[in-house]
Amino acid sequence: MSPVETWIAAFLTLCVFSFLYRDNPFYRFAEHLFVGSAAGYLLAVQYQNVILPNVVLPITTGKPTPQTIVLTLIPLMLGLLMVARVSPRFTGPARWAIAFYVGIYSGIAVPGYMQAQIYAQLSDAVKPFAPGWGAVNSALVLIGLLTVLAYFFFSAPHQGLHGVSARVGIWFLMVAFGASFGYTVMARVSLLISRVQFLLRDWLHLIPMS
Amino acid sequence: MYLGPILLTFVVGATLIALYFIPHHQAQEINSELLLWATIVYAFALILGSVSLWSVHAQRIRQRISGWPFSLVTLFALLGTTFMGVAWGIGEESPLGRFYSMVNSPLASTMFALLAFFIASAAFRAFRARNVEATLLLVTAIVMMIGRVSVGEFIWRGFPGLTEWLLDVPNLAAKRAIAIGVGLGAVSTALKIILGIERGYLGRTR
Repeated sequence: MSPVETWIAAFLTLCVFSFLYRDNPFYRFAEHLFVGSAAGYLLAVQYQNVILPNVVLPITTGKPTPQTIVLTLIPLMLGLLMVARVSPRFTGPARWAIAFYVGIYSGIAVPGYMQAQIYAQLSDAVKPFAPGWGAVNSALVLIGLLTVLAYFFFSAPHQGLHGVSARVGIWFLMVAFGASFGYTVMARVSLLISRVQFLLRDWLHLIPMS
Repeated sequence: MYLGPILLTFVVGATLIALYFIPHHQAQEINSELLLWATIVYAFALILGSVSLWSVHAQRIRQRISGWPFSLVTLFALLGTTFMGVAWGIGEESPLGRFYSMVNSPLASTMFALLAFFIASAAFRAFRARNVEATLLLVTAIVMMIGRVSVGEFIWRGFPGLTEWLLDVPNLAAKRAIAIGVGLGAVSTALKIILGIERGYLGRTR
């Protein structure tokens, strides 16, 4: 980054940190700038990576065949129907685009989730145990999986053996939530360290460049 | 009752499921084409989102609602970044790439860094060892936080190993069960959508 860019980045960093004192115009400026630029960036990336090569170029360059034109116009029409949702008059036609999109991702979700989430997790859980201490850990993972699943099974009351399993399942869940919480805190702290490092090293030159 | 769109969802969803089980190359080509169409529709949905953002902030400016000058910032940023990306590309050395590393990147990472303070303060107020479950959560979180930094190893050499074990064994078991639950929920919701039982995504029925 050039010195001017570093100063702008440092100013924006301080604008966001100013929220630690309280809500103020500097923070609101940074917040609104972030919303606008993030939306614009996403739009520009989608234009360059999706719309330009798959919609604009196929029908504007070379000699497009009728098949190319049809295969380009169908998603283009669906896309325009989606944008037409802006006007309340076109809410009805826009439903076709939404229905198509939702249909595609529902169709992907059925085999995709079955394969990646359910079968893959189950097959990993019932793999033969590793020898030594690995077997203890594998057994604990299997017990944890079964007890947490027992906790999530609400078709029968949590009583007797099912109740005991559900209670052990809650313990496993609490450990997992605690681990996730600790992990998230540390990830945020490392981001904080990197921002402070940017301010002290790249902007103020108070600590040497590594 | 939106029979046409419901039928379209059914046909497209059922086709995608069927194509997954047909290894023929033509079936896979149709599959890829349909996915590309969905990607294109998604790109247009982002345009819709941006137009919506624009109209919300333009209305705030027109009506001079409190804080309207900040809406100007949003509109200028939206228009400017979109123009830069469309006109000059999105490469790292393009104007948009430089703008991203100068504005978006510091803003995004500082926003997330800010959460460190709020998470810490929320934890300080909420974490109380009231019962076994709360104590487990509290102890695990503390062990994770101490074990992930070098001072943790300085306090007790076993901390890094303990954090690894917590992540690899009890955390894995619970996450695996949650993943299975999420998977079952996603599959059942997708089937309900394809079969036309769930229609909320089409909006209100008159």
